Amino acid sequence: MNLTLKIWRQKDANDKGKIVDYPVSGISPDMSFLEMLDVLNQELIEKGESPVAFDHDCREGICGTCSLYINGRAHGPATKITACQLHMRSFKDGDTIYIEPWRAKAFPVIKDLIVDRTSFDRIQQAGGFISVNTSGNTQDANAIPIEKENADKAFDAATCIGCGACVASCKNSSAMLFVSAKVSQFALLPQGQVEATDRVLNMVKQMDEEGFGNCTNTGACEVECPKGISLENIARMNREYLAASFKG
Amino acid sequence: MSGILNSSIGRKFAMALSALFLMVFLVMHVSINFTSVFSEELFNNLSHFMGTNPLVQGLMQPILIFGVVFHFVMGFILEAKNRASRSVKYASNSAKDNSTWMSRNMLLTGVVVLAFLGLHMYDFWVHEMTVKYVEGDMSGLIDPNNAESGFRYYEELREKFVSPVRVGIYVVAFVLLALHLLHGFNSSFQSIGANNKYIKGLKGFSKVYSIGIPALFIFIAVYHHFTH
Repeated sequence: MNLTLKIWRQKDANDKGKIVDYPVSGISPDMSFLEMLDVLNQELIEKGESPVAFDHDCREGICGTCSLYINGRAHGPATKITACQLHMRSFKDGDTIYIEPWRAKAFPVIKDLIVDRTSFDRIQQAGGFISVNTSGNTQDANAIPIEKENADKAFDAATCIGCGACVASCKNSSAMLFVSAKVSQFALLPQGQVEATDRVLNMVKQMDEEGFGNCTNTGACEVECPKGISLENIARMNREYLAASFKG
Repeated sequence: MSGILNSSIGRKFAMALSALFLMVFLVMHVSINFTSVFSEELFNNLSHFMGTNPLVQGLMQPILIFGVVFHFVMGFILEAKNRASRSVKYASNSAKDNSTWMSRNMLLTGVVVLAFLGLHMYDFWVHEMTVKYVEGDMSGLIDPNNAESGFRYYEELREKFVSPVRVGIYVVAFVLLALHLLHGFNSSFQSIGANNKYIKGLKGFSKVYSIGIPALFIFIAVYHHFTH
């Protein structure tokens, strides 16, 4: 396959950045998208040019590190996969492909296609955990009966890999789907309910402070989420937050 | 509880509540207007009651005005914050692949409805306020000195819909209102955190409401235009 890549290049956080065209040839349809970028980078290195910086780690859709906005969609044209699971067979010979970083004030560009997603870490640190006393007589979690429906929903919420595709896809750069998944995975389980009030208040406060936008329920986040996190979680977080606020 | 309006969720909650309140008002408004299609007398009596009842004028009307102003002001505040959350736009963005046109253009449809409200207030509300509180005529009669002349509301309504341009503006505005409601009504359930066994039915009802209520308003305007 021969392709024209239009890639966002930005030297560092202070650089203005611009789209640069790169023709690539000899791309196999069986390559993953990241392997195609590896081929491009190899060519750039051999020519003495700076390779395109992009985030990646596990390359099997688990870690949530890859973060490419491909042809106007987070993780590319296919649904419920990450960019590393996208294969070149999803494109046609001669295609022009736009590759951009996640765009959000709370995700500033570090270099090229790499953005700083530590705002997600700070939201997690504000309450995305449970406190377990290690006194020696802690109850075995498996001994606590939990409704199957709640266990399933908590598990579904916990599959969020924190990649940020929800923020990238939302026209308001809202992080509500991510935060609601993290709130829900604990709110649905007895272990998480002890700190539920503080958790939701603190996590939403941190989310707002990071500069993410407001949710306007367009549903784009759910469509583009590689793990299919449901909008139902946002409704749950809204309930949790409002109840916690009225409780004081 | 304190400072809930300073949070993103609190603002959306307030936005949803004001929207639900305005949607209840729309039902009342269209119900009264619709009586003009089949009974001049009933329409006149209801209009006179709404226009002179102290509870409606002194309490409900200020609450309604507050609700309208709050909804629009909060809408602009949320929009400003949302725009500030992304300073660099995408060179390529396929938003149509993951969201509806209505959900992405609530500001546009809202601004059109706001502009229409300006015309609507000029057409009816400003005139009513002038007659009642400036000229001091609370009779509601065509001729205030002649009790037999009958109420003026029906004739004034019919008069407004003679102009095809005005009817056209009303039709366009209500189509835009329908598009606004098609996303907004559904969205309000999400914002207030509603999620129970009735939610599927409520979302179905919201679609019927969002198309039905504006369609009734359009029907009333077109009916009076062609029967005048």
